[in-house]
Amino acid sequence: MIARILGEGQYDVPDSALDELETLDVAVQAASDGGDQADFTRALTALLDRVRALGTPAADDYIGASDLVLPGADFTLAQAADLFTEEGLIHG
Amino acid sequence: MGMGKRLSLIVKSKANKLLDKHEDPRETLDYSYEKQLQLLTQVRRGVADVATSRKRLEIQMQQLQASSDKLQSQAQQAVTAGRDDLAREALTRRAAANTQLADLQTQHADLQAQEEKLTQASQRLQAKVDAFRTRKETIKATYTAAEAETKIGEAVSGISEEMGDVGLAMQRAQDKTQQMQARAGAVDELLASGALDDVTAGPGSGGDDIQRELDALSAGTDVDAELAKLKGALPAGSGPAAIAGGESAPADEAAAPAEPQAVQPESGEQS
Repeated sequence: MIARILGEGQYDVPDSALDELETLDVAVQAASDGGDQADFTRALTALLDRVRALGTPAADDYIGASDLVLPGADFTLAQAADLFTEEGLIHG
Repeated sequence: MGMGKRLSLIVKSKANKLLDKHEDPRETLDYSYEKQLQLLTQVRRGVADVATSRKRLEIQMQQLQASSDKLQSQAQQAVTAGRDDLAREALTRRAAANTQLADLQTQHADLQAQEEKLTQASQRLQAKVDAFRTRKETIKATYTAAEAETKIGEAVSGISEEMGDVGLAMQRAQDKTQQMQARAGAVDELLASGALDDVTAGPGSGGDDIQRELDALSAGTDVDAELAKLKGALPAGSGPAAIAGGESAPADEAAAPAEPQAVQPESGEQS
């Protein structure tokens, strides 16, 4: 699977890591819903660390969508929320 | 569902909307490629802007460091001359300069990180755009419109995601640069005001009163030394008696009539 960390690029992560990353990803969403910046950063950092540890940077000429698109560790809650708005990541 | 998964779905659905815009999906390839080239140009300009902003910050940091160093040596001079009041003033200003400097150093590190990220993003995008161009030609040459659809979908959603990422990096860098420019303007004003004793300030821009007092102080010392030398050179026996009446000046200047007030309130203009 492919995971993108915004501001960092894409990682190729073995499918065997799927379950673990999914659990961490759900925790990020839960922390975001909880609205606590520190919780959010902690959960997000945990996920990003695992992506970097398990994955390898995708090839420069790889062109393909990612299965996970993750905010960078320096994103605030509000900035992460902005990604989901109409004006978010991709402008039509 | 996790946040990363949700975002991935949003990105894909937006890319699909892009695909639906054109009847022949191969047109989407050309359209997307044009957009990519535009974005590349913008990102390169963005990198240059951030670099300019960073350099301005570096110049200010040098100026502040110079101010701080100068104030330090002025404080030293003042202490040597027994002027603790001046030394205190110099040290106070030095502390202010150092606070500003520390702040700018933080901002500088931040900006540098943004610049680095944007540079890398720009290089990544360049590599993807090159790869996209090759793939675009292959797809157009090899497949019919109907066959091409899946391949084009993959390429376009992949590159759209990349462009979104780069666009975001650019926006973040721009935000940072704008904040920095506002702050840089404020620091320039501060330096120009002389409040931090800007050593680069030219004559007439106010400023360096501590140095003036220290200069006056050392000039005074020189005068005293000259005076002592003159006195020592006087022939023995010739006293100050030749000049009479020097002691009797009435030291009552404070009682002199005050100067006419500069601002006379004009009371005749009430409506």
